[in-house]
Amino acid sequence: MKRFIGFIKKEFYHIFRDRRSLFILFGMPIVQILLFGFAITNEINNVDIAILDHSKDATTKEIINKIAASNYFSVQLIKNEAAIEKAFQKGKVKAVINFEKDFSEKLTKENKATVQIITDATEPNTANTIVGYTNAIFQNYLHEINKGKIVPYAIGVESHMVYNQELKGVFMFVPGVMTIILMLVSAMMTSISITREKELGTMEILLVSPIKPFQVIIGKVVPYIFLSMINATIIILLSIFVFKMPVQGSFFLLGFESVLFILSALALGILISTISTTQQTAMMVSMMGLMLPTILLSGFIFPISSMPLPLQIISNIVPAKWFVIIIKGVMLKGVGISFIWKETLILLGMTLFFIGVSIKKYKIRLE
Amino acid sequence: MKTIGFIIQKEFKQIFRNKGMLPLIFIMPLIQLLILSNAATFEVKNIKFSYVDNDKTSFSRELIEKFEASEYFNVVANFPSEKQAIFAMQKGDVDVVLEIPTYFERDILKDKKTTLSVSINAIDGAAAGVENVYINQIVMGFNKNAIAELAQPADLKNMPTSVIAISSFWFNETLNYKTFMVPGILVLLVTMVTLFLSGMNIVREKEIGTLEQINVTPIKKYQFIIGKLLPFWLLGLVLLTVGLIIAKLLFDIPILGSLVLLYFYTSIYIFDVLGIGLFISNFTETQQQAMFIAWFFMVIFILLSGLFTPIESMPPWAQTITDFNPIKYFVEVMRMVMLKGAGLMDVLPQLLKIFAYAIFINGLAVWSYKKTN
Repeated sequence: MKRFIGFIKKEFYHIFRDRRSLFILFGMPIVQILLFGFAITNEINNVDIAILDHSKDATTKEIINKIAASNYFSVQLIKNEAAIEKAFQKGKVKAVINFEKDFSEKLTKENKATVQIITDATEPNTANTIVGYTNAIFQNYLHEINKGKIVPYAIGVESHMVYNQELKGVFMFVPGVMTIILMLVSAMMTSISITREKELGTMEILLVSPIKPFQVIIGKVVPYIFLSMINATIIILLSIFVFKMPVQGSFFLLGFESVLFILSALALGILISTISTTQQTAMMVSMMGLMLPTILLSGFIFPISSMPLPLQIISNIVPAKWFVIIIKGVMLKGVGISFIWKETLILLGMTLFFIGVSIKKYKIRLE
Repeated sequence: MKTIGFIIQKEFKQIFRNKGMLPLIFIMPLIQLLILSNAATFEVKNIKFSYVDNDKTSFSRELIEKFEASEYFNVVANFPSEKQAIFAMQKGDVDVVLEIPTYFERDILKDKKTTLSVSINAIDGAAAGVENVYINQIVMGFNKNAIAELAQPADLKNMPTSVIAISSFWFNETLNYKTFMVPGILVLLVTMVTLFLSGMNIVREKEIGTLEQINVTPIKKYQFIIGKLLPFWLLGLVLLTVGLIIAKLLFDIPILGSLVLLYFYTSIYIFDVLGIGLFISNFTETQQQAMFIAWFFMVIFILLSGLFTPIESMPPWAQTITDFNPIKYFVEVMRMVMLKGAGLMDVLPQLLKIFAYAIFINGLAVWSYKKTN
């Protein structure tokens, strides 16, 4: 036992002496969560759009003023149809609103008029959002001029946005960024630090020493458990105090689940280190292999339920997916363990699986 | 020149001898391109829909049928009370609960108006907004039919005016997300492979101690650096080629613009990335450090590239940061050239920027590279 503690001490010294890595290890998550918490959002504002007004009457002028006055768009005018494609190709303008001739006249005489919204759909999401926002502006305008006219037999819809009344994007992104950071830092750090000993040849020295192989691995992981927990705490504190994320459920449960997730990521790191011989390989697997799947398949930017079925199935093997469900449940919905026991068990099962495979694959002989 | 040739030869041998690395460099990125391009969709489909029908009339059932018929909604449950519905939402079994009030049918016939109540799980704010729009559309359609059936000529005299908005989506009429994502994800993969490999390469020699051996040879600084970077530059171009073939053949992504322009741009762009990698490796002692820093920049570059979330919606300070993000320009150029058929003049600003970037960062990297300890 004394030997083992000595070994852990050595690992801590290694980490704490490497000031640069330590600085990155703690500074990086803070910078990232602040940066992304503020910067990443799906809402649009100040999008450049162009207006082609064939009518140039009082009504279109009024609507254009309304569009320009909204925070969503900054407006420029263009003269003719030919200019539309030019504007799109330059890439600056994202949409063109085209008023038909005699807009106002048609509106008063025929009770309806047509407007065309052309969007640059190379970015489908932005295109859709722009159409939605412009439609809302038109609806508002109609609402004003239709005052006093009552639609008979109207069915109203009263929507309640549960858990996130203001539809804040932060509620989605902060748990996601937290997951990415914990996953990659934990998996990367362990896999690299173990393969490093292999590559430098010091692993052989450890293996011939009286320390048992599993003690070597545990000794390697313990400091990172500790560091990742500090990281998780910092991130949770930032999300509460800076991003005003509520924690509806219990802090204890949140802590427990975070530790579980960290353990699964560390176990994955150990697994990676057992199958790779050089740091470069370990890094390629843990960074190239984990970064995009964690970002894309955890459901933090793209809703998993909209993906094609095979991908929905594949997403089940991404530990991050389960952790995102758990944190959202605990922080935003305030649920207890009775609601998320399934996800918790899956994470636990994955952790045990990674550890089991690593033990099987771990070579204690010299080659 | 001959010296450079030998270094390049050595690098290639090292790359191809490491059998574990080869699939990681070539196969993994392409598999990711194939699989992940399908994941990146903002479409909202298969919404888990449930309802509480307090009215239980033919009228309320008709409304529910409309939801059942919609391609966006999966009607998964029917709850006797609101409490149970909210419980199911907490568990994550349903995303939307529609509550039809008691006397729904009677109110619309007698009072000529009524209100439905909808609860939406809004943790994903963007999806919730879309779901709300879909629900309103369905109810509006249902409402229109009801008006047509119930309304008397007297009611219709006072109909309000309306504006018909016709939306058309250019360059991607079907709003196919793959058209949008495949070029972008390809950019990410090319960048990641070249950045990680070049970032770790020189540090590795430092860590193992072989850099000192090279330093005492008559190889010049520039020869060494060129010899180190060229293999990865080629590798990046090969990856781009295979990626483009996959994009064209399997995803049917249009390539409207000129391929020459695309390659010309990419060949300069990869120097940007390699320069960053070289710079990182000059300032780190171990591969772990190098990789950490590379990772830090990579995550920032990816999430601030405008690929997943629009740059226009970022706060001004974040937009300023994106100006220093080479991936942002590459994503822009890929989309402009491939999807819109933009020519040299259209992408000139981006081209000049990354050219200046390449000279600056490589200059910095060469300058900071020291042969002596």
